[in-house]
Amino acid sequence: MTDIESIFETMRNALSAGPVRIKEAVDEGRKIVGCYCAYTPYEVIRATGAIPVTLCSTSDKPIAAGEEHLPRNLCPLIKSSYGFALTDTCPYFHFCSIVIGETTCDGKKKMYELLNRLRPTHVMQLPQTYATESIALWKAEIERLARRLETELGVTITESDLKREISKRNTERRVMGDFYALSTLNPAPLSGLELNLVNEFFKVSFGDEKALELVRELTKALRENYEEGERRVAPRKRIIVTGCPTGKSLEKVFNAIEENGGTIVAFENCGGIKPNYELVDETRPPYDALAEKYLGIPCSCMSPNNKRLDLLEKLVADYHADGVVDIILQACHTYNVETFLVRERLKIPYIAVETDYYQSDVEQLSTRMGAFIEMMN
Amino acid sequence: MYTIGADIGSVAVKVVLSKDGEWIDGLIAPTGWSPKSSGAEAIAAILDKNGLSRAQISRVVATGYGRNSVDCDERITEITCHAKGARRLFEGSGIRFVLDIGGQDSKAISLDEKYNVSDFLMNDKCAAGTGRFLQNMAVMLGCELKDFSLLPSDIEPHAISSMCTVFAESEVVGLLAQGVDKRALMLGILDSVASRAEGMLRRVGFSAQSGASGVAFTGGASRSRNLVALIERRLGVPLRACEKSQYAGALGAAETA
Repeated sequence: MTDIESIFETMRNALSAGPVRIKEAVDEGRKIVGCYCAYTPYEVIRATGAIPVTLCSTSDKPIAAGEEHLPRNLCPLIKSSYGFALTDTCPYFHFCSIVIGETTCDGKKKMYELLNRLRPTHVMQLPQTYATESIALWKAEIERLARRLETELGVTITESDLKREISKRNTERRVMGDFYALSTLNPAPLSGLELNLVNEFFKVSFGDEKALELVRELTKALRENYEEGERRVAPRKRIIVTGCPTGKSLEKVFNAIEENGGTIVAFENCGGIKPNYELVDETRPPYDALAEKYLGIPCSCMSPNNKRLDLLEKLVADYHADGVVDIILQACHTYNVETFLVRERLKIPYIAVETDYYQSDVEQLSTRMGAFIEMMN
Repeated sequence: MYTIGADIGSVAVKVVLSKDGEWIDGLIAPTGWSPKSSGAEAIAAILDKNGLSRAQISRVVATGYGRNSVDCDERITEITCHAKGARRLFEGSGIRFVLDIGGQDSKAISLDEKYNVSDFLMNDKCAAGTGRFLQNMAVMLGCELKDFSLLPSDIEPHAISSMCTVFAESEVVGLLAQGVDKRALMLGILDSVASRAEGMLRRVGFSAQSGASGVAFTGGASRSRNLVALIERRLGVPLRACEKSQYAGALGAAETA
């Protein structure tokens, strides 16, 4: 059997090596474009030859600094993102020449106005419903982004550049999709913490072929070992995690689930299935196809957002889920309000937990998740 | 077969000794600063009182926020234990909801027809609506916690609008300065707890119809008959509390042992 642990170990090491790789890329003359959100069309950035990177936004450390300019009762992700930039403690922010933001929520769009004073910030005006007129608006915004990047980076984006990058990103999505599908097996072949590790690894793969190959290799190895009878994870209650973007500080929720008798089988969040389950149509004109795909991401900022409910319902069936945990970051009104509809739609046990980046509620989370899982027995 | 259920709460440790599922004895002691030692001491005390040794106990199950700090055979969350305890205390009543107001948190639990937990909500990040809130208010008003149970029922509560313990204190100070009757304020403080409780129960599905058979009321705050009356007034259904209500969590733990 293939040694799965050594693949995970390689991935863990890659996480800490991310900043060095970006520094090396900068030294070689590559441009770095900072991103925060799943709505950012990576294909357009990559078509310029630049590297899109996810900026730091999931630690509680820079929150206090962020609060020097921002109100306290704001979502921790926004305060953390801004705090990182303000204190220059995010290596990716340090190396990026421009930041791309989207008007996904009130807090973010106003924060970007302040961020623009620290680094040129291009804000894409995101329409908040999936309709023909909105797709046209979003297409215009993607084209406006392309023009801005051409000016800032001094390059020209050709149609063939775009098509090449669309195809490449689709491949990445397929590879991740194949990997996610492993957890439809029952019992799951890997834990939620490992699933999360691969999501984090994918974030710092920076379009690297070798990184993608490692995910392929892992998927293949896990499937083969499973078929040969290896059971790395004991059968436990199968949980789907949904809601706000996750990250380092929210691993406390994953731990609370997995230490109390659950296994996370899918992350519906932005860093998981949500932005990857649909592809860009490679037969359509590139900007139209990009607009259609990206506006179709079922974030709670969309209104109405029935597509997320449909997606969750499908995931519950596909992944044989026993329960759904909805993570709500404090002051994220859209996901918070949407909990009512999610609870109503799902036919299985559901719990919404409101939390922030501090670790002070670890015990309470453990009680909640423990009780939630006991409830299913 | 003897079993022990230990509910290690933020304010008090509740221990129940049972034999073949029947209540033998119960004991309440303050938690103090160390849940580990107070939990162990309470278990030792109930054994001693009943002339038993630890070896004679087949299982010890711990619950409550201090459940991870004591030596036991199993740990179960207080949600599950309160549901089981309420079932034991009020069996046959057909209750579908449990309200627990303890020292540090409060919770509303809905049960299915077999008394299994079907949904729950916890308030544990804020003192509002908990025993701690009442304790702070008692200190500020120069009275004791038990005084919140001895108020006349014919006085209308004076509404307190602040939900936050800190702001409620300054609000009460202001109202006292305006000459508002202290007893009406105390009832107002209790009614603010009742209002939080009502909100939590409604969010887990309580309605006059679904909760027609009553709501089990457990935890230390269930000892206040004034609070019971105020919650009943809001819900329009009877609250079921008894002298053993504070033991519900421990009883539920002993039950699962």
